[in-house]
Amino acid sequence: MNNIPINTDSPSVIQELIYQLKIKDVMSRDLVTLRKTATMRSVQLTMKKYNLSSIPITNSMHILGLVSTEDIIKALDSGHINEKAEKHMTRKLIVLEDDMPLSFAISYFNKYTFGRFPVLNKEKELVGIISMRDINTQLLEHLNTAMQVLENTIQKEHLEDIKSNQKEFNTIKFNFEIAGKASTEIKKTLKTLNLDRKFIRRVAVASYELEINQVVHSNGGTIKAIFDSDRITIIATDSGPGIPDLEKALTEGFSTANDWIRSLGFGAGMGLPNSKRVSDNFEIESSPEGTTVKVYFNIEKDK
Amino acid sequence: MKSDDLEKKLEYKAAYDGYKVEDIVTGFTSDLLSDVMGNAPEDSLLITIQAHKNTIACCSLAGITAIVICSGRKVDDDMIEAAKSEDIAIFTTTDNQFEASFKVHGLL
Repeated sequence: MNNIPINTDSPSVIQELIYQLKIKDVMSRDLVTLRKTATMRSVQLTMKKYNLSSIPITNSMHILGLVSTEDIIKALDSGHINEKAEKHMTRKLIVLEDDMPLSFAISYFNKYTFGRFPVLNKEKELVGIISMRDINTQLLEHLNTAMQVLENTIQKEHLEDIKSNQKEFNTIKFNFEIAGKASTEIKKTLKTLNLDRKFIRRVAVASYELEINQVVHSNGGTIKAIFDSDRITIIATDSGPGIPDLEKALTEGFSTANDWIRSLGFGAGMGLPNSKRVSDNFEIESSPEGTTVKVYFNIEKDK
Repeated sequence: MKSDDLEKKLEYKAAYDGYKVEDIVTGFTSDLLSDVMGNAPEDSLLITIQAHKNTIACCSLAGITAIVICSGRKVDDDMIEAAKSEDIAIFTTTDNQFEASFKVHGLL
């Protein structure tokens, strides 16, 4: 018979289980016992009635022996079926103690071929009987609980992943101190995704231009980056005042920036054209309530 | 060329010591950050008069590893701090962009 594949190499959750669970947590307590004066025939009938493969023979709380199916067959074979159990029962018993960890029972089942072991308490009284079926049932029940905990943890982590695949940053009108922060953070995230350097640069160019546009031209807004496995999306949303002429705004060199902005190196009229040029898909909507620019970058899997 | 050639050969002044020495393949001269963002090649040197923190953000995003600030413009402390954290070297010179571009080109 193969050994039960539960040992010190098992995953820690299994090991914890078999060391924490006591035999008394697993064993059957519903005992059917008979006295030594019972005949082998009545033992056989009791076995049949309760569908058991062995019956302990006791004197009050103390076990004297065990009658197994094999003992019954022998008795039938030799015509001793009407004789008393005390004469034909197995007296050399291997027993377990109820305070032992379950791992003991498993190693006993590995060591011996018996289908069940009587379980005694410290006072040597018979308190239960343990079979592989009892062990399987209890182990599976505890494994169900452990797996459920594990599954819930994984699901929670997964949900956090989904949440964290978006990043959002605020921009403030004329605040050049924090301008570029969103793009720098987005670029850092892209680097951790092991994407092509040129691809990262394209995304960085677009997000920086859109970010600076908000700082220079809008009342402030947000830059949101969505990291999907097949594409990166940058969504720039501001709270106005809107672009009066979209066509002009998309023309290279056209700018409404003032001299101060220009002296800082911005306002070259290349923001939107640059963003559009580097992206795979470019959408813009504008009204006095605000402007939303969406730029998409497709991740090519082969690269 | 190596970025520290600017110090050794052109006697440009490093804005901070201990910068990361990088290989420089080419240069780009512009004072328009959008132009830099959109058109400067990676691993290039930027020649500009834009001596402020936003230049660093722009260079970092464009993959530029060294900057020459021309015409003796003063480099702000917060620009230096930003450059350190992004591993971008800064050099200063009294040369204007035309002169600096010409000299740097000679080193490539």
